[in-house]
Amino acid sequence: MLTCREVIEFLMNYAEGNVTPEERVRFEEHLAVCPACVNYLNTYRTTVRLGQQAFKPLPTDADESSVPEDLVRAILDARRK
Amino acid sequence: MSDLQVTPNTHADDAAYLAALRSGDDTAYELLVRQHGARLIAVARRLLQNDEDARDAVQDAFLSAFKSLHQFDGQCSLSTWLHRISVNSALMKLRSRKRRPEQNIDDLLPQFVADGHAAEPATAWDQTADSLAEQRELRKVVRENIERLPELYRTVLLLRDIEELSTDETARLLGVTLTAVNTRLHRARQALRTRLDAHFRGHEPC
Repeated sequence: MLTCREVIEFLMNYAEGNVTPEERVRFEEHLAVCPACVNYLNTYRTTVRLGQQAFKPLPTDADESSVPEDLVRAILDARRK
Repeated sequence: MSDLQVTPNTHADDAAYLAALRSGDDTAYELLVRQHGARLIAVARRLLQNDEDARDAVQDAFLSAFKSLHQFDGQCSLSTWLHRISVNSALMKLRSRKRRPEQNIDDLLPQFVADGHAAEPATAWDQTADSLAEQRELRKVVRENIERLPELYRTVLLLRDIEELSTDETARLLGVTLTAVNTRLHRARQALRTRLDAHFRGHEPC
């Protein structure tokens, strides 16, 4: 059986489905008897999801789609040089 | 005076827009900067963590894009193309900067005892990812903790998880192997998990 260290070390491969069917079976044998690794896997997945969402504007956020006017001018002026 | 009136939003609009740019239409250039500038500044700011450097990187990116318009082959959208150029420009600026003192990533990775068991078994978080992701204060905590990751790891996490670049493209932009990208991404996510775990449990990691 895999150890916790091995499961955690290769967790990204498992979480993203980049394992062979045989490796998947070995991971799942361990996860079936190790609540700590299941907790680690779940909180790892939540971490990835929170990271992905943290920089996306919420629907209620103010519109930040304008570019500072002086930067627009600087870029366009530099193009003409 | 340009007759370009529609701000391009889709890949299908790119051809007419590109023709206007290639013909040197000043209005088309201004539209390009106004439409994409804010998003590209946000990308550069995430990587550089500094407004002035982000503006410089975006200016360099636009000037580089203007010079390479003839090389744009339409295999991706103009938006995607500009995004890639801006990421590259920000990474070049990042490489030219002096690195700040940083915490060793090993302090934030899980520890194991001799038989391979976790030294500190993980516990569950109370709320689901969906409910957590919508909490404004937590979003700020997550951003701050990503910003505090050592640069080597933060950069890979930003490129892969936030900017959604492929492993191949991330490796190419950083000049490292695919294995190095995957290793750094996994460690960055683990380090962020450690910090968030401490946040949820109400104490700072060592």
